[in-house]
Amino acid sequence: MLTIDQATYDAIVAHAKRDHPDEACGIVAGPEGSDRPERHVEMVNAAGSPTFYEFDSTELLALYKQMWDRDEEPVVIYHSHTATEAYPSRTDIGLASEPGAHYVLVSTREWAEAGGGNNDAPVPFRSYRIVDGEVTEEEVTVVPSLG
Amino acid sequence: MSIEVRIPTILRTYTGGEKAVTGDGGSLAALIEDLEAKHPGLKDRLVEEKNGADDLRRFVNIYINDEDVRFMGGLEAPLSDGDQVVVLPAVAGGAV
Repeated sequence: MLTIDQATYDAIVAHAKRDHPDEACGIVAGPEGSDRPERHVEMVNAAGSPTFYEFDSTELLALYKQMWDRDEEPVVIYHSHTATEAYPSRTDIGLASEPGAHYVLVSTREWAEAGGGNNDAPVPFRSYRIVDGEVTEEEVTVVPSLG
Repeated sequence: MSIEVRIPTILRTYTGGEKAVTGDGGSLAALIEDLEAKHPGLKDRLVEEKNGADDLRRFVNIYINDEDVRFMGGLEAPLSDGDQVVVLPAVAGGAV
């Protein structure tokens, strides 16, 4: 199960909407071994694409060095799908390389089809474990704060 | 000669769980051969064959002293004693 606070959840959805129609991507870091997604970091999608995302390699190194210095790990790795459902694609599964992370997918498809902007169409927010090519969906619990 | 190599979580099955290992070699290719001798299986996760020659895998990033080796000649990138090498899988994916 992924437990995430409302503010971080909202920030991920807002990021996905802002970058639509390109895929948005980022992480939420937390103390190693804690399973607490505490520090949201939006990343630039170096692919700048509606169907692909990739962290820029230089920014990726800077991000990991920062996490190592702080004894953090990527608790959540998220990206958006902008014309398909919030489910890992074959590419997502093949490239998933953090077996300990929660892989969050959000889909801006319905929201965009409803006209985007401030409309209330849902933005599905789902979480998965991806280990050795196996995808397991897990429950997402949104709490006011992690406490 | 000793070069420290930072190993990402997903490849630590090859290093007995170690986060960092040491190796040597005057180039990245030589370092990878040395690592393969000590940690069999590692090379195949870093390198693939393209047109009959070894090449870095597209979705693995390797850095020497914080610089992406793709800007330093790839597998031919030179190494010196004390260099710091980091291996990080790309964080990437997409809808198709």
